[in-house]
Amino acid sequence: MDIGLQQSISDVSQGRQSQTLTGKRNHTRRIEAVAESIFTLCAFFAVFAVGAITLYMIANGVPAVYRLGFREIFFSSVWKPAAEDPSFGILYVILASVVGTVLAVFLGVPVALLTAVFLAEAAPRPLAAVVRPAIELLAGIPSVVYGLLGMMILNPLMYRLELWLFHDASTHRFTGGANLLSAVLVLAVMILPTVISVSETALRAVPDQLRASSMALGASRIQTIFHVVLPAARPGIVTAVVLGVGRAVGEAMAVNLVSGGAVNMPLPFSSVRFLTTAIVGEMGYAEGLHRQVLFTIGLVLFGFIMLVNIFLHRLLREEEG
Amino acid sequence: MTVILMLEILLWIYDGVWRPCQKSVLPSQTVIMAGSTSMEKFADMLAECYREKNSRVKVTAEFTGSSAGIQAVMSGRADIGLSSRPLTAAEKASGAAAYVIALDGIAVITDADNSVTALSTKQLADIYTGRIRDWQELGGGKQPIVVAGREAGSGTRSAFEELLGIKEYCYYANELDSEGAVLARIASTPGAVGYVSFDVLDDTVHALSLDGEEATAEAVKTGRYPLCRSLLLVTRGELGEQRRQVQEIFGYLQTEEGRKLICEAGLIVPDYQ
Repeated sequence: MDIGLQQSISDVSQGRQSQTLTGKRNHTRRIEAVAESIFTLCAFFAVFAVGAITLYMIANGVPAVYRLGFREIFFSSVWKPAAEDPSFGILYVILASVVGTVLAVFLGVPVALLTAVFLAEAAPRPLAAVVRPAIELLAGIPSVVYGLLGMMILNPLMYRLELWLFHDASTHRFTGGANLLSAVLVLAVMILPTVISVSETALRAVPDQLRASSMALGASRIQTIFHVVLPAARPGIVTAVVLGVGRAVGEAMAVNLVSGGAVNMPLPFSSVRFLTTAIVGEMGYAEGLHRQVLFTIGLVLFGFIMLVNIFLHRLLREEEG
Repeated sequence: MTVILMLEILLWIYDGVWRPCQKSVLPSQTVIMAGSTSMEKFADMLAECYREKNSRVKVTAEFTGSSAGIQAVMSGRADIGLSSRPLTAAEKASGAAAYVIALDGIAVITDADNSVTALSTKQLADIYTGRIRDWQELGGGKQPIVVAGREAGSGTRSAFEELLGIKEYCYYANELDSEGAVLARIASTPGAVGYVSFDVLDDTVHALSLDGEEATAEAVKTGRYPLCRSLLLVTRGELGEQRRQVQEIFGYLQTEEGRKLICEAGLIVPDYQ
């Protein structure tokens, strides 16, 4: 009887337990469902934002092209948006952005790549512990600070160089140091952290057997790095460079402060205007067609960024495949 | 950058769709002013002063540029536009009305170390069109001239170029997007020349005298100083059609107190007012 009673008690308690368990399970399922729908909503918000921006840029950027014609905007170099007889050629603006970005990448990438090699392959631990945080800090500095420093330090230095180089040139228009070269130097520094960290990751992902076999075949450490490790990490390094390009193309604030802002052919010592700074600099006072053309410039910039992203996407997929 | 662009666009959507919707339910006690950065000091002082004087009516001001301000007025997002340039034909045709509220002089500035202190308007025009390229030609030391100015579309720029009769013939080495940026650039660049409104002048730069007239409010009021322009308040439709609160602001600016405020903002009250 004792045993029977005990059993029935345990039966009851077990029954209760299983009841609460299923209750709990139902409860968790509900939470899961709610959480899932929240995630989906958030994901859709991003998609919605991209969609809205794309539509908005196209809707605002295309009308000017219709009104002025493709040639008038993209193949003319005369930018006089506020004149009686205005002309809206943005060729030099596009060229300045392209040239500035390419030069910045040419200057910045070798430095960044060698830094990455140093960090991944050669650096003694204590030294790496100093260099890595410094690079992370570099990534965190707001772009306006780069611009300010460029304006206060780089521009006066550039002006001195300019005065020395052109001291007896009669046709040069002095820019006071605010020129393409200053912008390129600032951009080159700004892309460093991105390129360094992504390519360092790529270098670290190269399997150690490759290094070991190369060494075993009698290659020196430097030979191993340049002939084995770097080629093996190529896709990751290209990704790093493309990300750097994206950063350089889209930068506005720093460039605005150091580049001078006049629309000129992108020569090293000319004051130039980039796609981004054309928008930043003129949106406040622009009206009518001028304003619409600024949106077209935005569309061009948007196009550039899209191209960079598509290229990047392709690369990443190739890397996986 | 993309993030900023995205935020900007969301802001535009907010400005264009959400705010107008909201505005209709806002109490009409708020008067919104929008426009030129050249009138920032004036508008801020007006807003503050008016708030103290008349606690029922709230005056707010935002500074997005003359064109953006006029556009805000025409789309009903603002009540009064602040413009440092005359209305365009298109703006007049769409029903904008403008009222001269103050005069402003444009000072021509150099860095503090420059030995040239006076120019004629002819010389100034030659500098900006690129015919004179070195301070030596103007009696200064041998130093190239760095020509700085504002971006296309700026009210100060169009006034400056129009007054000198060199509209769109200027070759700038630096085009900067605010008065403060011009001031900073001129102060830090030896041999630079630029132009700003009287009210932002400070000791870091030197204001040149033009055609023998010092850059002073007196010279502007008498019309002897060659570079002066009118600052406008812009409304959608004539002043008489505006809300009572908006009309009151115009009335206030005509009073002795209002005139004093305009002077304190570094602007000049026109004599015919």
